[in-house]
Amino acid sequence: MSAAGQAKEDFTFTPENLSRAKTIIAKYPEGRQQSAVLPLLDLAQRQNANWLPRAAMDYVAALLDMPPMRVYEVATFYTMFNLAPVGANLVQVCRTTPCWLRGSDDITRTCCQKLGVGLGETTADGKFTVKEVECLGACANAPMVQINDDFYEDLTPESMAKLIDDLAEGRKPSVGSQTGRRGSCAQDGATTLRGKTS
Amino acid sequence: MPKLIINGHEIEVAAGASVLQACEQMGIEVPHFCYHDKLSVPASCRMCLVEVEKTPKPVASCGLPAADGMVVHTDSPMVLKARRGVMELLLINHPLDCPICDQGGECDLQDQAVAYGSDHSRYAEAKRAVADKELGPIVKTVMTRCIHCTRCVRFADEIAGTPELGGVFRGEHLEIGNFGGGPLTSELSGNLVDVCPVGALTSKPYAFRARPWELQKTESVDVMDAVGCNIRIDTRGNEVMRILPRLNDDINEAWINDKTRHACDGLKLQRLDQPYMRVDGKLRPASWPEAFAAIAARLKTASAERVAALAGDLVDCESMFALKQLMLALEVPHLDCRQDGATYDMTARAGYIFNSGIAGIEQADAILLIGTNPRHEGTLVNARIRKRWLRGGLRVASIGAAADLTYPHRRIGGSPSAIRDLINGRDAFAKTLLAAKNPMVIVGAGALARPDGAALQALARELAEKFNMVRPDWNGFNVLQRAASRVGGLDIGFVPQAYGLGTRGILEAASSGKMEVVYLLGADEIDMDRLGNAFVIYQGHHGDKGAHRADVILPGAAYTEKDGIYVNTEGRPQLAKQATFPPGEAREDWKIIRALSETVGKTLPYDTLTQLRARLIEACPVIGAMGRLTKAEWKPFGHAGQVAVQPFEPVIANFYMTDPISRVSPTMAKCVTEIQRRDVPEAAE
Repeated sequence: MSAAGQAKEDFTFTPENLSRAKTIIAKYPEGRQQSAVLPLLDLAQRQNANWLPRAAMDYVAALLDMPPMRVYEVATFYTMFNLAPVGANLVQVCRTTPCWLRGSDDITRTCCQKLGVGLGETTADGKFTVKEVECLGACANAPMVQINDDFYEDLTPESMAKLIDDLAEGRKPSVGSQTGRRGSCAQDGATTLRGKTS
Repeated sequence: MPKLIINGHEIEVAAGASVLQACEQMGIEVPHFCYHDKLSVPASCRMCLVEVEKTPKPVASCGLPAADGMVVHTDSPMVLKARRGVMELLLINHPLDCPICDQGGECDLQDQAVAYGSDHSRYAEAKRAVADKELGPIVKTVMTRCIHCTRCVRFADEIAGTPELGGVFRGEHLEIGNFGGGPLTSELSGNLVDVCPVGALTSKPYAFRARPWELQKTESVDVMDAVGCNIRIDTRGNEVMRILPRLNDDINEAWINDKTRHACDGLKLQRLDQPYMRVDGKLRPASWPEAFAAIAARLKTASAERVAALAGDLVDCESMFALKQLMLALEVPHLDCRQDGATYDMTARAGYIFNSGIAGIEQADAILLIGTNPRHEGTLVNARIRKRWLRGGLRVASIGAAADLTYPHRRIGGSPSAIRDLINGRDAFAKTLLAAKNPMVIVGAGALARPDGAALQALARELAEKFNMVRPDWNGFNVLQRAASRVGGLDIGFVPQAYGLGTRGILEAASSGKMEVVYLLGADEIDMDRLGNAFVIYQGHHGDKGAHRADVILPGAAYTEKDGIYVNTEGRPQLAKQATFPPGEAREDWKIIRALSETVGKTLPYDTLTQLRARLIEACPVIGAMGRLTKAEWKPFGHAGQVAVQPFEPVIANFYMTDPISRVSPTMAKCVTEIQRRDVPEAAE
């Protein structure tokens, strides 16, 4: 991650995103527009292939009338903002204790070996970036990964490999548990409230 | 007013004071890093922990308001243990490089580690390393030493008003810096070096040049503008190594601008270290008697009507007074200390000083700027306006060239007609001024130095009276002078005597051959081509424009090399002290004039500076009130007349180079190339 942010000439919101941005800004009281910095950076990142160039941060700063430095501080603080280009599928492998105990190391190894990249790297075809992150809050269904906006849970090296294959070939794999578990109920099926199911 | 007990002694402190301030009031030292008197309080470094009875844990005293009945201990075993813990944490990632660190010897962390540090480290892991940042020609960084106190970030945000610094990334990866944003654009950036409690931000021009314990410290006054910032001149041998601010809450608080701080390297270059005389069109070294004899010969043949004297911007009161007395003895009427050509009325002192005082800005609630960019003409005045603005409830409007002043202000217009509109109530700001409790107007050289300056001065007075700015308890009519010598020169009366000519008239006469001798006392900011064939005597310290044109050069002393009185824009006389000796054969300026007076047969009646000062104060009692403000009587001033329609022009084109010292300073040259050149394409966008 370059400290200076990656260079990109300029950035402006598309007309749709600009009107969305205005709606977001209007949610905050007069004089408190700077509170919109997080949703606006997110909007900018989504518009710009899932990463934030410095130009986008500067643009958001100008839009909210705040010093660019204050925007850089926010954008660099949150790991969800990517400050350099990432692949079309950003694979974030959770490695915090529950996932780790349930084999997240194997998941990471599978991703890296299958895609031929190291952590934080992007495949040559620009389709995948792999990185490890801390707890994503789906501990009951560990191990899990987040790919762009979706969680894929209850992974094994095999299901992870299949997931990558599906995504590589443009298929849309089913989101959530890969073993067919509903929500976060116990692995062998529900143990409570069984009589009340409608 | 809360009363509390600290270490067994009761103390009463002002409401709102913190426990740390209460301790300092008692003379108890509380170690701290992030806390700074003049900045907001983040309470993040945790070094100032104290024990407060009935609280379960140590508390950060900087962020804890003193309350009635509080019982505080600053030296209990619990406090000592807590501070040791904090120090150990701070030192985990701090490199052990004090021997090669410029902060060594004046480092808060070093000093406090002696008191609270351990004799060995329990930390065996690798220390983190942080890439250095490029912050321009003034501030050098070694970011690995940073302890994240955020003083620099708060300074840039709050005082300088250029929020270019921040903390990026987080946790172990947190870095203070500018995120690759190029050099700092503030004129106050040198203060970052002062506020940094460790060696992360150090002075780039001063890097590795001296250790603090080698330096002689002289408390003096700055002359780069008319604010009169209090400074400390650090010298080693006969060399000025650096200049630092000295606390004066009435003037500069704890800050100075970058020109004040770093132009001092120009004191070593292009100095006039011996007298020169022009022989066959070329300047040749001469002895003092030769130079004096040449001057005396010319003065003897020239009639007094055809002699003139101009005083420059960096001249002390004593030498202006001595020169005035010499000129009066020779019956010369053409004197002026306003080399910018200003012709405003100086019969009333209230008409040319900053009547409210700089600290008075903090009482103002509406400020109108006329023909001035205080950021360049008096950086610390501007910082004070910003400080007032940060507190809330201040409205600022400006009539003059557009400029970024670091606080929001409404530009009413660019030309003098906007003043008339305001007086006639044709602008909304008139209502603001009428409703304000303490309205203020600041008139700058952009207005007063114009040919119609006297009329503008009268117009500004009319405005001040119309908006009730002048009352027994408040005088909001302020002139921001831009030269350190100006108010002193006007107080002394170094102005055209009866029927005498001012700067414009003198130059006019000289260019048409009606002026035979022109005496330039450090005057470099005039158009030398207009001096015609006049015999020019230049007395000064740098080989600048004046010296190049001169027929005789008398080498004088720069402000660090002589004792002198300077009166700042508020009308506050202050003593500048001698820190080094003038180079070579150069002498203190008053001595040169005294010696010359003997040669021309009009010996001035004093042999010591003390005698001279006694005469000066006798003739001009306000200058005797050293360090104090003398309230100026309000009476009519200015000359009603036609005001030209041209817009106000900025008077300072290049903030970093305004006088003979800063023009030769290598550091100022770097500031111009690295900071100002960078601004140009941005402005063009």
